[in-house]
Amino acid sequence: MNAHDTLIPQIGVITDVRIDTPDIKTFRVVTPDGKKAFDHRPGQCAMLSIPGVGEAMFSITSSPTNEEYMEFSIKKCGCVTDWLHQAEVGQQLTIRGPYGRPFPVDDEFAGKNMLFIAGGVGLAPLRSVINYCRHYRDRYGDIDIVYGSRSKDDLLDYEEIINEWANDAGVNVHLTIDNPQEGWDGHVGFVPNYVKELGFSTDKTAVLCGPPIMIKFTLEGLIALGFDKTQVYTTLELRMKCGVGKCGRCNVGAKYVCKDGPVFRCDELDELPDEY
Amino acid sequence: MRKCALSAMNDIFAAIASSKTVYLPVDGADGNAAFTKWEDGLVWSHALNTVRSPKDFFFPQTEDLMAFKTEGKTIEVIDIRKESEDFVIFGVRACDVKSFDVLDRVFLSEPVDSFYASRREHGVIVSLACSRPSETCFCGTFGIDATAPAGDVTAWKTEDTVYFEANTAKGAALLKDIEALTEEASDDAVKAQQEKTKTILAKLPLANLTTEAFGGGKTKEFFNHPAWEELSQACLGCGTCTFVCPTCQCYDIKEFNTGNGVVRYRCWDSCMYSEFTKMAHGNNRLTQKERFRQRFMHKLVYYPENNDGLFSCVGCGRCLSKCPISMNIVKVMKTIGGNNG
Repeated sequence: MNAHDTLIPQIGVITDVRIDTPDIKTFRVVTPDGKKAFDHRPGQCAMLSIPGVGEAMFSITSSPTNEEYMEFSIKKCGCVTDWLHQAEVGQQLTIRGPYGRPFPVDDEFAGKNMLFIAGGVGLAPLRSVINYCRHYRDRYGDIDIVYGSRSKDDLLDYEEIINEWANDAGVNVHLTIDNPQEGWDGHVGFVPNYVKELGFSTDKTAVLCGPPIMIKFTLEGLIALGFDKTQVYTTLELRMKCGVGKCGRCNVGAKYVCKDGPVFRCDELDELPDEY
Repeated sequence: MRKCALSAMNDIFAAIASSKTVYLPVDGADGNAAFTKWEDGLVWSHALNTVRSPKDFFFPQTEDLMAFKTEGKTIEVIDIRKESEDFVIFGVRACDVKSFDVLDRVFLSEPVDSFYASRREHGVIVSLACSRPSETCFCGTFGIDATAPAGDVTAWKTEDTVYFEANTAKGAALLKDIEALTEEASDDAVKAQQEKTKTILAKLPLANLTTEAFGGGKTKEFFNHPAWEELSQACLGCGTCTFVCPTCQCYDIKEFNTGNGVVRYRCWDSCMYSEFTKMAHGNNRLTQKERFRQRFMHKLVYYPENNDGLFSCVGCGRCLSKCPISMNIVKVMKTIGGNNG
């Protein structure tokens, strides 16, 4: 019998719960002896579970450069997430991973001007790669971040964005919300339109994450600006059980989103049948 | 090659059962053959095949993976895995032996599934050559020779004699264990049976069915084929095809509260079921057409694309005889692939 089976998780402890938006909380997780459960690369995911409630896949929102803990920004939208949202500091859960193909931060992204575009909780997987690029700042060119949400209250990691990201040299943050709101003097409008208005030059590598409809229109906008699909990356999300391409659930075409993704380059998506 | 009298098989089973659990197809009260744990006096079925495939031996319909104890905010993970015991499966047909290759590619690829691997390691397969294939058989379509099945040991059964030939070290060890009960034999009778069976195979209704149109890289060609609509129209989504299929391996992971903790188990699942892909934020396969298409595209295009051209169908014919609306992979291959074999 093999000593280890990936389906058998280890224990994690929630050491901090941050309320980000009305329906998103960010959970800090370490092992019972206070360490990181495992190393990961930006864009990879982990299976979290509460025995008796269920297990689900989440993107690891903290950067691998954080050597103390992992963070998960989780939107309340189902059994496991509802349960997590009422969990308190000190609560244990189970964790296994890391799963999936990460962003090519050390090869295809190296030396590039980066354009990150996120909508809503779609910032969760991008935060890992954004903070990785900020950590190794000299390995990348200019960084532009376009982030939009329904309202100011729905912007994830707002404090970090305003107080840290926006203050970095060579990092430009462009925030937008869907509708005008009192106390908001920033841009108002949907992400795809804002991207077109900002009119980015095509010397960038773009990374998109958000609701499917946002991805669709933003990608169209980037193509209209002259971007090639080989310059644009996104992440997919499908139902998963095993995380290692065996249970069959996240199979699309000849790919398994859990192991061949979740990160895909947009030209690779053209090879997949349209059912993701 | 070794042989023994068919009437001596009870002694052979008894000899093997002294150190390993023995399973063999036995006719049940319902008239269907099923793999059954050998006990003294149980008779080896003459049926062509079992209704359930032998995939259960390595990938059981349900299986406990681990247990948890929770107390307050703390959780304990309990590894309940046990090394499989040695066992021998007698009478596995050529199609089903091939299905283990298909399953191996999934469960033994990295990261290895330790549950499956342990059973695979401890299981010895004694295959049985076919002599009376039926009209639902089409293993030949997938390059499988029904007269010379793989496995650790290949057996041929004639009216009164059983012949054995070892193919692996495990198989040789098994034949060594029963050496005293068998004797050296020429392969004349086996060759004669093979020739006879080959003439029957050549005349079967599905003898000319080919996989020519299918294989990896054909997603674009077939995904939007107009025939999926009509082929899937009557599909009930019952999942029978999946459950009797020796190569279907999709599974679900679920939990059960024992009153004293939680057991996490896995069980067979089917891409034909409406909730298979249902998530909190939606479902990427909303219609039965999409789910039906997934099952066949996976077997005929996606799986071969990832596995050096190996198809995830072995032509056992179970879905042909068990589908309540008489839909099956043969009809799909003929319609979508334009193959009139």
